[in-house]
Amino acid sequence: MSQYQNIFTRVQVRGPAYPGVNVLQASNRIGKGYFSHLLGIIGDAQLGPIYLGGTGIASLIFGFFAIEIIGLNMWASVNWSPIQFVRQLPWLALEPPSPAWGLHIPPLNQGGWWLMAGFFLTTSILLWWVRMYRRARALGLGTHAAWAFAAAIWLYLVLGFIRPVLMGSWGEAVPFGIFPHLDWTAAFSLRYGNLFYCPFHMLSIAFLYGATMLFAMHGATVLAISRFGGEREVDQVIDRGTAYERGALFWRWTMGFNATAESIHRWAWWFAVLCPLVGGIGILLTGTVVDNWYLWGVKHGIAPPYPDLFPHVVDPATLPGAPK
Amino acid sequence: MSFPIRIALGLIAVVVVALALTFDHPPIEVFQRGYRGLAMVENYNPRRLAAVEAANQTPAILPQIHAGPPASTVYKNVKVLGDVDVGEFTRLMASITTWVAPQQGCAYCHDVNNMAADTVYTKIVSRRMIEMVRHVNADWKTHVATTGVTCYTCHRGQPVPEYIWFTNPGQPRAIGAAFTNTGMAMPAPQIGDTALPYDPFTPFLEQANEIRVEAPTALPQGDRQSIKQTEWTYALMMHVSQSLGVNCTFCHNSRSFRDWDQSTPQRVSAWYGIRMVRDLNTQYLDPLKSTFPAARLGPLGDNAKVNCATCHQGVYKPLFGKAVAADFPELSAAVKP
Repeated sequence: MSQYQNIFTRVQVRGPAYPGVNVLQASNRIGKGYFSHLLGIIGDAQLGPIYLGGTGIASLIFGFFAIEIIGLNMWASVNWSPIQFVRQLPWLALEPPSPAWGLHIPPLNQGGWWLMAGFFLTTSILLWWVRMYRRARALGLGTHAAWAFAAAIWLYLVLGFIRPVLMGSWGEAVPFGIFPHLDWTAAFSLRYGNLFYCPFHMLSIAFLYGATMLFAMHGATVLAISRFGGEREVDQVIDRGTAYERGALFWRWTMGFNATAESIHRWAWWFAVLCPLVGGIGILLTGTVVDNWYLWGVKHGIAPPYPDLFPHVVDPATLPGAPK
Repeated sequence: MSFPIRIALGLIAVVVVALALTFDHPPIEVFQRGYRGLAMVENYNPRRLAAVEAANQTPAILPQIHAGPPASTVYKNVKVLGDVDVGEFTRLMASITTWVAPQQGCAYCHDVNNMAADTVYTKIVSRRMIEMVRHVNADWKTHVATTGVTCYTCHRGQPVPEYIWFTNPGQPRAIGAAFTNTGMAMPAPQIGDTALPYDPFTPFLEQANEIRVEAPTALPQGDRQSIKQTEWTYALMMHVSQSLGVNCTFCHNSRSFRDWDQSTPQRVSAWYGIRMVRDLNTQYLDPLKSTFPAARLGPLGDNAKVNCATCHQGVYKPLFGKAVAADFPELSAAVKP
């Protein structure tokens, strides 16, 4: 049973490639499927057949446009040098228009490219959402994955569209770029007085860390009971009392309460979904309803004062005769 | 070894090398300054301190010799140091040679056949620089206190100080329909290699643009400072942090960067420092633009200017706070208006 102690899957079962249950549109899929040993280490060894469909193809095309606009503008910013493009890629950006443009549509070289890339990327993402929803429906599944994805799309739309519109300036939106969007995030918190004092940011962090913790607990439980075949549906049905129930018992012993095989996934789904959902609310309120979260926190008694260890200083700009 | 595994090992090697070159490995010395739990600490890599200390030693100081009549009665064309006695004047000239042009000697600024002539441009520049040092020591005690500065504070034995700046036009880029230069998004060594605006010096250390960006009220009351402006301020602050070898929390309590009540006294020094640098750039360095030969000018034809790194050179107090001006009273003389 030592194979179950490994961090990757060591046992790969091979048979003829299997197209899956016979459902509507199954015949539209491309390819016959083949096996990959490397994929088998991290998942199912069978790759394909795949279904792309109209929304999938449209999504890829729009996504390609967006990446192309972003990438070519980044490449232009290093004067089309391939070496500098690779070297500086983490620093390169496609910035939104300057605040002076408000919500007007600027010329391409003044931020029009950013708007266009944002439009194509958003269209691509929304089409992919439709595809996820419809694939789930075609298989007769619930649409939980699509709605979880929608929570992430909500945060994306708040950052790049809804909040900038409410603020009346595209310049409030996030740039495209690896370091630039991280610098933007820090600058956002600096401008609006420390996002750590925003209750929705607090909730978002709690759900983020909570989701990782739940995932660790769930993953650990399933891996731990896999030596009794607990990760395999059939074995779980046959071997009740050895696999699933031992997992449940483990948590009942250690913390008194245990989730069930179904409810643990509800816990995880809600934690994961609430992370961007409440985070998006926090972003949406920033600048529109609250301008300085630290001062808001002081006002509402959530930012306690600390003892002064330094001699008291005053803003030198307020002193008479201060230099400009 | 199979090909994919070789690829994987190669990638792992690249990542390990990148991490080793990017980060300091422990142990790191932590020096707590603020109240516990506020992260108001300074971090030092003890393995680097010796090198930093060695790089920030002051050269031997010649003994003061107060003797002889005023320099102006002995030498011709002494415009700034005319009332300094000859003994002290000669000592200062010898010291300046050590500080600024130890390899090149007197001839770096003087026509050795006629020391009084103003024919070498560096003599005009150094005369103005002596006035600048006096101005700093006499009028900017809010920043330099009684520690003061000498030529060595910036020059460190080099005719051109190592840490100066020119307005940075950025790197060559395609024009036309491609997105125009936003002054950011390229590796910028003077601001901690971030992708923030790479030249925060021109708007803040030469021009006097507004640095404060954080909202002063809890609820929106018409403050229209943007996130983009914040990135410029952020870049300037990164420069200060890097130049002084300190964290944000050397001056600020990071829970509220704008709040002076929770800031350290160092923030006041830094506030005056920014104004001092602005004053020196606009009053002393910019007017020298036409004096410098083209080879000494920046890519946009502007003169060299100073920022925090010019004096601090990675140390919270230049030369670890050694009171350098006290030994040269003529460099602290009040400046005639």
